[in-house]
Amino acid sequence: MAAERFFAGAKAKSDCLVAYEADQEPLEVEVRSSVGALFGAAIAAAVRRVAAEFGVVRGRFEIEDDGALDGAIAARAEAAFRKAGFARIAAAAEAAGPAAAPVAALRKPSSKDRPRRARLYLPGDQPHLAINAGLFGADCLIFDLEDAVAEERKFDARILVRVALERGVMLGSSEIIVRVNPLSGPYGADDLAEIVRARPQAIILPKCESAADVAEADRAIGDLEEAAGMPRGFVRLLPLVETAAGVLQAAAIAAASPRNVALCFGREDFSRDIRAVPLAQGAAPPAAAAPQSAAAPQVAGASAQAAAAAPAAALAGFGFAGIPGAESFLARQMIVLAARAAGIDPLDSVFADVEDEAGLIRSCAEARALGFAGKGVIHPVQIPVVLKAFRPTEKEAARAERIVAAFDAAIAEGRGAISVDGAMIDAPVAAKARALLTQYRGEA
Amino acid sequence: MDWITNAAGRSVPAEIGGRKLKPFAGAIANESPTLAALPAALRPLPARGRPNKLVASWDELLDRLDLRDGATISFHHHLRDGDRVVLEVVSRLAARGLRGLTIAPTALFPTHDALLPYIRSGVIAAVEGSMNGAIGAACSRGEIEKTCVLRSHGGRQRAIQEGELAIDAAFIAAPCADPFGNANGVYGKSACGPLGYALPDSERARQVAVITDGLVPYPCQPWSIKGGNVDYVLQVESIGDPEKIVSGTTKLTRSPTQLLIADLTARFIEAAGLMREGFSFQAGAGGISLAATVSLAARMRAAGVKASFAHGGATKILVDLLAEGLLGSIVDLQSFDLDAVRSCASNPRHIESDPFASYGPRSAGCVANMLDVAILGATEVDLGFNVNVNTHSDGQLLHGIGGHTDAAASAGCTIITAPSFRKRIPIVRERVTTLTCPGEVVDVIVTERGIAINPRRADLADRARRAGLPLVTLERLMDEVLQITGAPESPRFADRPVALVQWRDGTVIDVVRQLEHP
Repeated sequence: MAAERFFAGAKAKSDCLVAYEADQEPLEVEVRSSVGALFGAAIAAAVRRVAAEFGVVRGRFEIEDDGALDGAIAARAEAAFRKAGFARIAAAAEAAGPAAAPVAALRKPSSKDRPRRARLYLPGDQPHLAINAGLFGADCLIFDLEDAVAEERKFDARILVRVALERGVMLGSSEIIVRVNPLSGPYGADDLAEIVRARPQAIILPKCESAADVAEADRAIGDLEEAAGMPRGFVRLLPLVETAAGVLQAAAIAAASPRNVALCFGREDFSRDIRAVPLAQGAAPPAAAAPQSAAAPQVAGASAQAAAAAPAAALAGFGFAGIPGAESFLARQMIVLAARAAGIDPLDSVFADVEDEAGLIRSCAEARALGFAGKGVIHPVQIPVVLKAFRPTEKEAARAERIVAAFDAAIAEGRGAISVDGAMIDAPVAAKARALLTQYRGEA
Repeated sequence: MDWITNAAGRSVPAEIGGRKLKPFAGAIANESPTLAALPAALRPLPARGRPNKLVASWDELLDRLDLRDGATISFHHHLRDGDRVVLEVVSRLAARGLRGLTIAPTALFPTHDALLPYIRSGVIAAVEGSMNGAIGAACSRGEIEKTCVLRSHGGRQRAIQEGELAIDAAFIAAPCADPFGNANGVYGKSACGPLGYALPDSERARQVAVITDGLVPYPCQPWSIKGGNVDYVLQVESIGDPEKIVSGTTKLTRSPTQLLIADLTARFIEAAGLMREGFSFQAGAGGISLAATVSLAARMRAAGVKASFAHGGATKILVDLLAEGLLGSIVDLQSFDLDAVRSCASNPRHIESDPFASYGPRSAGCVANMLDVAILGATEVDLGFNVNVNTHSDGQLLHGIGGHTDAAASAGCTIITAPSFRKRIPIVRERVTTLTCPGEVVDVIVTERGIAINPRRADLADRARRAGLPLVTLERLMDEVLQITGAPESPRFADRPVALVQWRDGTVIDVVRQLEHP
């Protein structure tokens, strides 16, 4: 009778496929690797370190590696051992070498004031996409455990993301966020239990439909923070509204927790939820419906964006419904109102067609005009485009400069009421102008 | 075997097979050239009237050629992975019982992995030319009987000119040729663009045969290969697979890391003041190089700057820039896609070059000397700015030199672009596994984790710093990378050198050693 084998990982670049099989022999580690000549011993050592943490001394472990870094190897080995019923008996820091020094402990709490113009989604189960993710200048990096991870990979993915957060290699200065699965479903609670102790700066809660959804996450995260010896409230929240019910509760959701730092909108799921059929699907020219790049991480379909790219002329005669994106305008405005009323930033959906730069520029301009403070991106090439689109214009900067100068002069002279270009200037207006100038100068 | 330490600090043999070797003495040592042998291709006066060079079959051609055991035969690589001529010739010579051949291709491609059985059976005893993929790996394992020689394109042309690489027969695959032997690569069903890599062989080989699947009436023009240098012309059904000779259109990389390196490279070129009106550059057809060309073009467009010429392999990207007017001309050694082939055939500003004109070491200057910027790749770089393009960190020989050292040693500013690690293999090393190009001719190394500038080029560093570019030292970069990847083990080599790495002047800059446990 063959013993059961427990698999984890995948045959992919910078990843490994591992298999563990219990037997009575002392633990044997068999390494097959494309970098075996240079790292064969290091790979076996990484596996044995994890085995020691889980008290695994017997059995047979096979690893088929294509240049995975130690973190990915450790995460895959841990997943296989846990599937086989082993539990951790020693902390990772004790067994691991200096290369694995936990940087998670150094991560500072985030705030609602930091810019979140471009937030890059990274599929949680693909290590190679995360390797240099900190280098591309994204304001936020989102490790996605929800839509980008298939059901049968949820277990492996949450361990991989936790280890990535713990080791923190190469995450740069971006805000570190994890999108967990909805708490109402079968995976959300396990995601939180795995992830919170690795000190993510924020968590995106998908499919938020009520203040109670946020309050439940708040409580669960608080308990986990306490258990991990973290200050309660460290982990911030970005509720993601993507259903009709959620939009109608947006104001309550935005104000539901002091952890909230921004409110996100998910257009793909929303359009599906309200059963909107974009007019442009019939009217769009073939070019607008071109398949997206296979290299692009799949986060959302391209249909809504294809609609947005359709020339307005083709849809003339349909009135309001003929305006690309019309089905989500009201919802997006409600998100903006709810977020602004709660004193946090509203953040717009992703733009899924990586090849269409002009479409992305249009989409950013539209989001900004509606009041959004940022866009989601699914490929690093979109980041500079989004940052540029959300960058203050020269005109805005010049006006901000006049406001700051007038305000400072008024303070120095002890004057009260002042105005610039006919508009009244008070302390909050001046502070906002100062922030805009800092941002403008920082990027010039 | 006696070993000596050359000027780059590498241990190299004093002689191989009775031939005394010259150790590398510096990138520009100005050692006077010596003629190793008299030029072989001095023919008697031709008889009156039209010579009859057409042969009816492969058998007739091989009957008429004087080829014996141990002969040296040469090929060009303009047909790339679509080439059918190399294997045809070698298999026919093997069938005729020839052994101990030296093959001297300008480069080999995966299709030529099929030469392995002839190496193992002793038909081929040495390769003097680039060894890629499976042939390189076999060389690393010590399967090739004699010591092989790796030369740059310019170095190969020099070796032929000086008689160091004496060719008994050159087999020149030609997409378009006439019965007199004039030939070009721009027309015909197997069109590949330039045919220049074969030019030195046609001028100096003892016997020259043109193999064509596009026979046209005399005079074939342009005559990239001059019929006066050609002894035989053989018409065949097909010299290669057009699908693999040129790709449809060269696709731009989507790798964010490669795009980041390309962007940094273009920003550096502008910030360093190299992107002046009328400047010139060379960038290869690899992922980073193509993307760097695109990024650079965007900056030229924004700044209203035009380049006088671009050099090297031609692609649709360069052809489009030529049409747009951002380039004055393209100086082309090989066309990578159909757009480049068509442009080479039809646009007088798309100039066909050859190894002497482009890279010739024994010249009063070559195209590479006219370059302001060369953007080149690497498999490894080290703390001394030394570059390896031949072996991987595991010691396997997997690549030829191409025009790398010729461009690096001649251009005004030599930029190496490379990721700081691939998969988990660090690219920035303390000491390169194999030395191809010495740090004395390398000015800048651009990685996704910052730009390292050779301390000799304080001028460049100043300008880059003022522009706010992320500068790093190689020491810091190496430490950062090792933190990520962990330290690799060292490959275990046996003493036996399986290949010599020549500098452009024929001196030995390093050797590739046999792997102990491949």
